[in-house]
Amino acid sequence: MTAPATTIARKTTRVSPWRPPLLRSLPLRLAVFAICALWTIPTLGLLVTSVRNPELISTTGWWTALFNPFAANQWTLNNYSVVIASGGMGPAFLNSLIVTIPATVIPITIAAFAAYAFAWIPFRGRAILFTIVVGLLVVPIQMSLIPILKIYSGAGLYGTFVGIWLAHTGFGLPLAIFLLYNFISQLPRDLFESAAIDGASHLQSFIRIALPLSVPALGAFAIFQFLWVWNDLLVALVFLGPSNDLRVMPTALYALLGSRGGQWQLLTAGAFLTMALPLLVFIVLQRAFVRGILAGSVKS
Amino acid sequence: MTVLPRSVKAPASRFILPILGLVALALCVGGILVLIDHHGAENLLASIYGALGNSAGAQDLRNGQGDQIVAKLLLMVIALGVGVGGIWLLFLGVGGLVGTLRPTWRDRILPWVFVGPALILLATYLLYPGIATFARSFFDSKGALTLDNYAVMTGSDFVEILRNNVIWLIVAAGGSVILGLVIAGLFDRIRREALAKTFVFLPLAISLIGASVIWGFMYAWEPAEQPQIGLLNAAIVAAGGQAIPFFTTSPLNIMAEIVIMIWLQTGFAMVVLSAAIKGVSTEIIEAARLDGANERQLFLRVIVPAIRGSIVTVSTTIAIVTLKIFDIVYVTTGGRFGDDVVANRMFHEMFQFFDDGRASALATLLFLAVLPVMYINLRNFRRQQRDV
Repeated sequence: MTAPATTIARKTTRVSPWRPPLLRSLPLRLAVFAICALWTIPTLGLLVTSVRNPELISTTGWWTALFNPFAANQWTLNNYSVVIASGGMGPAFLNSLIVTIPATVIPITIAAFAAYAFAWIPFRGRAILFTIVVGLLVVPIQMSLIPILKIYSGAGLYGTFVGIWLAHTGFGLPLAIFLLYNFISQLPRDLFESAAIDGASHLQSFIRIALPLSVPALGAFAIFQFLWVWNDLLVALVFLGPSNDLRVMPTALYALLGSRGGQWQLLTAGAFLTMALPLLVFIVLQRAFVRGILAGSVKS
Repeated sequence: MTVLPRSVKAPASRFILPILGLVALALCVGGILVLIDHHGAENLLASIYGALGNSAGAQDLRNGQGDQIVAKLLLMVIALGVGVGGIWLLFLGVGGLVGTLRPTWRDRILPWVFVGPALILLATYLLYPGIATFARSFFDSKGALTLDNYAVMTGSDFVEILRNNVIWLIVAAGGSVILGLVIAGLFDRIRREALAKTFVFLPLAISLIGASVIWGFMYAWEPAEQPQIGLLNAAIVAAGGQAIPFFTTSPLNIMAEIVIMIWLQTGFAMVVLSAAIKGVSTEIIEAARLDGANERQLFLRVIVPAIRGSIVTVSTTIAIVTLKIFDIVYVTTGGRFGDDVVANRMFHEMFQFFDDGRASALATLLFLAVLPVMYINLRNFRRQQRDV
C-alpha cells in the first residue's frame, strides 16, 4: 500500500502555496467548525442524556447540563444498569457477539477460497460464474426474504443462530468475493508459479502465500461485514423472530422503543450501548476501513 | 519458499491428523445440534451440572432459571468454535482429501472445492430466492396466476409510497453526494483535515436504528405548555416559533427522516470524493490557476469534472442503499403518517397482512429499480476484463 504515502507527500507541496491568509480563511474555518459541530451535536446529546438524572431529562434540555455540570443530582449511571438488566441489553450484547463473529469469519473464509480459485485456478465456466457474482452485487436482499423464510421454517433454521449466520454469509458473499478477487488477482504471478514449481499444491499456495498477503483486504472486508451485521435490523427481525432470548442489539433497542418509548434516559443509554463497540472498532481501525471503501467503490 | 515441511514429517502424523479431524468433525456436529436446539445450551449446561453432582442447579436451568448467563456464555463458546473452526475444518479436510487423489482427478475437482461452498450459498440465498420471489409476485394466495399484485400499486396509498421512495432517492442520495463533495472540497484546504473528516465520518459506524434514536431525540416534541427537550424544537421556541411534531407532520416527516440518512451517508461520499480530489493532477490545477480561475471556478469547472467517475460511483452506491431504506421509517413512525416506503410496506405485507404475493411484487419493484445499475456494473466489468 503506497497510496497514503504519496498523497501525504503531495498534500504538503500542494497546500502550502495557496492556503489563504488568516483573515481571509476565517469563513472557511467557521464553515468547517459548523460542519463538525453539526455532525457531533446529535450524538453528544444522546451521550449526555444517557448519563443524566431521569427527572432532569424530562424538565430541562440536555444542553443545560453542560452549563451546570456540578449541579447536585445531575449525573447518574443508573440508566445503564437498568437498561442492561431489565431492558435486556446485556443478553442482547452476548447474542450480538454470537451472531456477528461467525457471520464475519464464515463469509470471509468462503469468499477467500472462492476468490483465489477465480483468480488463479483455471477451470471451465470460471468467467461466466464470476460474471454472475458481479451481477449479484446489487440484488436487494428483499428479493430473498420470503423464499428463505419458507425454507427456514421447513428446515428448522428459523430463530437459530446457524440460520442467521448462513443468511448473513449468503448476503455478504458477492461483495466479499468481489473485493478479495480484486486484491488476490493483483498479487504477482511469479509467487504462485515458483511455489507450484517447488511442488506446492493450490491449498498450500492459498494458505501460505495468498492469505498472508491479502491481510489488508481481508481486514477491510472484515470491518465492513462486522459493522453491517452488528448494525443490521432487518435480517435479525426476519430470521431470528420476536423471541426474547434471541434479541440482538438492534432488535433489543427496537423492543425498548416499543415498551419504553417515552423514557429517554433508557432509550439513549440503550442506543449508546448498541453503538459503543462499532464506534470503538471504527475509531481503532479507521484507516483499514477507508482503504476498504476506496477499493470497493473507486475500482468498480 | 518453504511450503513442504508438513508432508515430510514423521509418519505418526499421518494417523494423528485424520483422527484429530474426525474428533473435530464430531465436535462440530454436536455443536450444531446444540445451536439449532432452542434450549440446547441450557440443557447441555444442566447435564454438565448434573454430572458434577449439582442437581439443584441443573433443575433450575431446565426450568429456564438459574445460571442463564453461564449458559449464554457456553453457547457463545460453542458458536465461535463451530462457526469459525467448522468452516476451516471443512475446507482443510475436503481439500486435503482431494489432494490425495490422482493428479487428473485432483485438478478437475479442486477448483470446485474452492468455489463450491460460495456457489452453493449464492444459489441458495440470492439466485434461487430471487427467481422464486419474481415468480411468486404473479400468483395470488390460492396459487392462481394474476397481475393483481402489481395492479394494486396504482391505488392511492401505493402511489404515495412510490412517490416517497422517489423523494428519498433524489433528496437523500443527492443531498449526501452534494454535501460530501462540498465538505471534501472544503476540508481539502485546512490543516487538521484528518481530524475534521473523522467527525463527519464517524456516523458511518452507527446503525440506522441507533441514528434514528439519536435524531428522534433531536426532533423530540412536547405539548406547548411543557419545556421542549428536543434541541430543534427548543431552538424554534426560543426564536419565538411554535414547536413542530416533526414525525407526525406530513410531508415534513419524510424530510426529517431523510436528514438522518444524509447525516449517516455523507461521510462515505466525503471519503471517496476526497480521495478522488487528491488524485486530480497538480498540473491541471496549477494551469487553471495561472489562467486566472478563482477557487470556486477551479472547484466547479476543473475538479468536479475531473472526478466525475467517482461521483457517479458514489451516487449509485448511495442510491441503492437509499432505495432499500427500511430501518429509519420502520423505527421512527412505522410509515403511518404518509411517509411509508416500499421496503417498509413489504415488511408489513409479510408479517402483518401475510400477503406474500404483494410483498414479492414490492421486492421485485426494488429489483427492477437496481437493474440499470447491475447492467452498468456488468458492462464495466466486461470492459475491464477485456483490457487485462
